[in-house]
Amino acid sequence: MLYFIEQFLNGIQLGMLLFLLAAGLTLIFGIMDLVNLAHGSLYMLGAYFAATFAAWTNSFVLGAVLAVVATLVAGMVLEVIAIRRLYGRNHLDHVLGTFGLLLFFNELVRLVWGPAGMTLSLPSEMLTAVQIPPGLYYPAYRLVIIVVTLAVALLLYVLVMRTRLGMLIRAGASNREMVGALGVNIKLLYTLVFGLGAALAGFAGLMQAPILTVQIGMGENILIPAFVVVVIGGIGSIRGAFVAALLVGVIDTIGRAFLPDLLHRYLSENAAATLAPALSSMSIYVLMAVVLVARPEGLFPAAGR
Amino acid sequence: MSEWRKDWRHGPWSPRIVVNAGLVTVLALVPVYAAFAGDPFAMTLFSRILIMAIAALSLNLIMGFGGMVSFGHAACLGIGGYAVGILAKEGIGSGFVQWPVAVVASAIYALVVGALCLRTRGVYFIMITLAFAQMVYYVASGLDRYGGDDGLTIYHRSQFGPFDLNNATLFYYLCFALLLASIYLVWRIVNSRFGLVIQGARSNEPRMRAVGFPTFRYRLVCFVIAGALCGLAGALLANHTNFISPAMMHWTRSGDLIVMAVLGGMHAMFGPLIGAMAFLLLEQGLSHVTDYPDLILGPLLLIVAIYVNGGIDGLLGGPRRG
Repeated sequence: MLYFIEQFLNGIQLGMLLFLLAAGLTLIFGIMDLVNLAHGSLYMLGAYFAATFAAWTNSFVLGAVLAVVATLVAGMVLEVIAIRRLYGRNHLDHVLGTFGLLLFFNELVRLVWGPAGMTLSLPSEMLTAVQIPPGLYYPAYRLVIIVVTLAVALLLYVLVMRTRLGMLIRAGASNREMVGALGVNIKLLYTLVFGLGAALAGFAGLMQAPILTVQIGMGENILIPAFVVVVIGGIGSIRGAFVAALLVGVIDTIGRAFLPDLLHRYLSENAAATLAPALSSMSIYVLMAVVLVARPEGLFPAAGR
Repeated sequence: MSEWRKDWRHGPWSPRIVVNAGLVTVLALVPVYAAFAGDPFAMTLFSRILIMAIAALSLNLIMGFGGMVSFGHAACLGIGGYAVGILAKEGIGSGFVQWPVAVVASAIYALVVGALCLRTRGVYFIMITLAFAQMVYYVASGLDRYGGDDGLTIYHRSQFGPFDLNNATLFYYLCFALLLASIYLVWRIVNSRFGLVIQGARSNEPRMRAVGFPTFRYRLVCFVIAGALCGLAGALLANHTNFISPAMMHWTRSGDLIVMAVLGGMHAMFGPLIGAMAFLLLEQGLSHVTDYPDLILGPLLLIVAIYVNGGIDGLLGGPRRG
């Protein structure tokens, strides 16, 4: 049971990170109708920025704050230079263009930071384990991730649901042309939304960095699950992304933790050992396929699409 | 009416015909060049170009002409490759068994995936094809007997009686012949009644249904043909590299195929070949010039996406199918 709680918390933690990525993706998808394959690159940039700034300032928190600001700026600059020109084109041009950006960023990181990965080390107070229910020691940093990302999710909720900017964002997600026609500076809004998405991705990258190593290609591996979350949740829906992210995170983690034992009950040890990793890696894609066949618009389709 | 015939009406020397004919001639002469210049690497590189061109061509059939943007086409490539690799490992070396199995396995995969995916549209179609390809990727990673994540070396190329595929020239011309045959096949399909229904469904599906065509079935058949053709490319690729691994099916490989098709020009018969050649030659050429080839290749793709409508083929001007 304790093991289950631990794995469940791990699943929540993965889900929250996926949510940070998916929230940006789904906004960019829903508002600008842009398939952004380079979103994973911003995740990677966030991690590299944080590792660098943390080394300069000797402070994890300061490094993290600077890294978020840096990815925000990088995202807005990227939008103004390149992404802006892809709006209104078909999805294939998006795939081609942002695939090019993905190659570019991987190579740029290799040029600037070198081919070897980096590590982002934690302050010592986050390295301890916390006893949550009696007997379960859980790494403090993973709890920090859950709490901080929940706070960010809450902030995002307030921003989107309770502010004027958020109102424009929501309006943009349901009817872009009308927002433009009503005299809103849609170009600026797009740049801000892209920057916000970039900052969220960069934040996800730097939060994940101490657990995994900071390396080239880290964005590619997480990008596809993030897309899965966006599609399951319904394109353009932040609420959908939140629910789907937790669902995907928990299913993926629980599957990895318990499938081997479960299969072992019915199959030989060898077969179970072979099958379990493949099956658990597939689980989220199966989930997505099932959701799409049953509800082609995702769980929470954004209004007006 | 075919684009070739359209071109011919503008005289026999329209730029597109000259370029395409020149391309075929150059490709036919690559082994001659390699023999005289003593450059065996040219054979390796160009064999790969031919094989990837077949794969991109098959993708273009569904994507360019059918409007079905599959982001998981590399799965078919991988299934074809794994069919060859698995049979070779199990001691069945005959190409007469391996290749048909590769083609049929990919076709069956395409049938199942197509039947499920073709119910969705637009971005959802892109994402669900991607999801299925990811599943195949993880299945391949889990095949411990066949190398798992690390992949599997194929010690003997497919055996075709007296023909020895280890002979680089023979293998090259086999790929070349298969590419030309595939282009002819796709050309025939696109210009048949079947192909017109597919293209009609791309531009206005409700209308095609209203006219009385069961578009779902037409699209599905088209999807399966493309899968089968890509399976053949996979069998060739496994023989070319003597190696299979899940990396063949990573989603970025599917991205590469899309890039090749779009880069060359999607609505053109020779577009995928031009795109595959441009992409792979650029990749190769840039890596000679700089240690960071993608620093140039990436922005180049972005520029093509933003400014060049209709890919490289679009630069040739003249009448194009819309």
